[in-house]
Amino acid sequence: MQSLTENETRELKALCKEMRKDIVTMIHGAKSGHPGGNLSAVEILAVLYKKCMKICPDWDKSPDFEKRDRFILSKGHASAALYSILARCGYFSTDELSGFRKLGSNLQGHPSCRHAKGVEVSTGSLGQGLSMACGVALGLRLDKNPATVYVYLGDGEMQEGSVWEAVMNASHHNLNNIIAFIDRNRLQIDGCTENIKAIEPLQDKFEAFGWNVIEIDGHDLEEIYDAVQSAKTMDRPTAIIANTTKGKGVSYMENNAGWHGKAPNDAEYETAMTELSK
Amino acid sequence: MLNKDKTKEKKSIRSEYGKTLVELGHKNKNIVVLDADLSCSTQTAMFGKEFPDRFFNLGIAEQDAMTTAAGLSTTGKIPFVSTFAMFATGRAYDQIRNSICYPKFNVKIVATHGGITVGEDGASHQALEDVALMRLIPNMMVIVPADCVETHEVIKFAAEYNGPVYIRLARTNVVNIFDPEKYKFDPKKAYVIREGKSITLISNGETLVETLDCAELLAKQGVDAEVIHMPVVKPVDKETIISSAKKTNRVFTIENHSIIGGIGSAVCETLSENYPVKVSRIGIADEFGQSGEQRALMNHYKLTGECLAERIFKSL
Repeated sequence: MQSLTENETRELKALCKEMRKDIVTMIHGAKSGHPGGNLSAVEILAVLYKKCMKICPDWDKSPDFEKRDRFILSKGHASAALYSILARCGYFSTDELSGFRKLGSNLQGHPSCRHAKGVEVSTGSLGQGLSMACGVALGLRLDKNPATVYVYLGDGEMQEGSVWEAVMNASHHNLNNIIAFIDRNRLQIDGCTENIKAIEPLQDKFEAFGWNVIEIDGHDLEEIYDAVQSAKTMDRPTAIIANTTKGKGVSYMENNAGWHGKAPNDAEYETAMTELSK
Repeated sequence: MLNKDKTKEKKSIRSEYGKTLVELGHKNKNIVVLDADLSCSTQTAMFGKEFPDRFFNLGIAEQDAMTTAAGLSTTGKIPFVSTFAMFATGRAYDQIRNSICYPKFNVKIVATHGGITVGEDGASHQALEDVALMRLIPNMMVIVPADCVETHEVIKFAAEYNGPVYIRLARTNVVNIFDPEKYKFDPKKAYVIREGKSITLISNGETLVETLDCAELLAKQGVDAEVIHMPVVKPVDKETIISSAKKTNRVFTIENHSIIGGIGSAVCETLSENYPVKVSRIGIADEFGQSGEQRALMNHYKLTGECLAERIFKSL
């Protein structure tokens, strides 16, 4: 199995830096958003869009539109990270990022497929992305379309009962064209997932439901890439439990639930940008 | 348009739905059907038997069923999702709102067992607010057909229309009100199916036949009622309602649903803004239902033709 080359890794690291700056700038500009859970998603989105997925920046004008891999952001509050990677893949201009969460912008607070090019489905209300992925995966299978459906869930989101309905659905139908990431940053708005309503043992739960499970460091580019390559060879759906740091890259945000849904003020913004530029 | 056949044989709306799905399934390979462990009640099992690859029974998991349907629609499939109206609209409201209607996905929700005539199962299963819930969501079309002839046409229409549709079917077997040779469904229209001058009665679904009976009884008492059938609750055919109100100046709405949020509300909203006349909403008051045999419940809640005629005559 071929992994990432040194050159690819270097480029991805540079991209992740830019994405983090995009995210902090967008949320600061909007004076609202969810920095913590966006910053934890950066490496995974970068690897998926740049190295794993068949993408169509020309969207429905692309001749390969039907064959594209699908990405569903079940934790829709990581919209800034998604918009950043979409812009940096050429779905729309990076200039548009400054409209994030503002009146009239295509970049709605939570992703809307009626607004932003590249957004497959509208998300935001938690617990629905995996069922959506099951529907897409079933449709692709009926059409004998080999595309993969990637879905990105939050760890706190695993508390939604509907997620487990979908976990059963994917397993029952053996949807091995689904690869689900769980952003295991261990925090939700009100505190630690394990203090609020424990989701562990998460790996055992997925395995008991019939899934293949891979646990990785969600900020390690090679581990992300290798996990996806391995998942693609499976005859079952795969959950990649990605251990991440909420607020990754901005020292005062890291591992701090207080930065789940709060925008940095001007001084905090400057500090963050200085740190991210190093 | 009305059926002249006086045999009055009652037919199952749900069977008609199942048969229509099979008919459509043969014509269009993109039609897929989802159910949540009620396929023998909703009659989607017929489709499942004929097209096992395109039928997904998602078990007792309505939220998953709705969103899976949404996902299927993104691959060009035309999903019909069925379960009881209570669980379709109550349990999975958020999924319908955010995963189907907000993105305007091409999903058809055909919910059976709408209204009080669920019968013996009682209040937990009697959806009296489903039309209200669905009417509130932008992009959603809401249709309540009255008999098998209309159900057949409405299901065919839904398969061709691009966008979310909620179709409410009754558990009750009903006579064919419409002539299958002459009936044509028009999503923009409410139908004046009996002309009259003194009052307007507006209904749909299984109460339409009761409303027609009521109109006949009122005629014997010298009240010349106009009957409007309004299968499409949203978007509302304002013109037909307003022009009838202008003629009669007195309107009654009749539905097997809460008087809050259904056609009673839709008619009031239309008339109060355009041609205010007195409107009386007849349906289930702001209360839960209860167990009972279907006809006993219709009598108890004063929704039979006779009860309606008595109540309306008294109020004039």
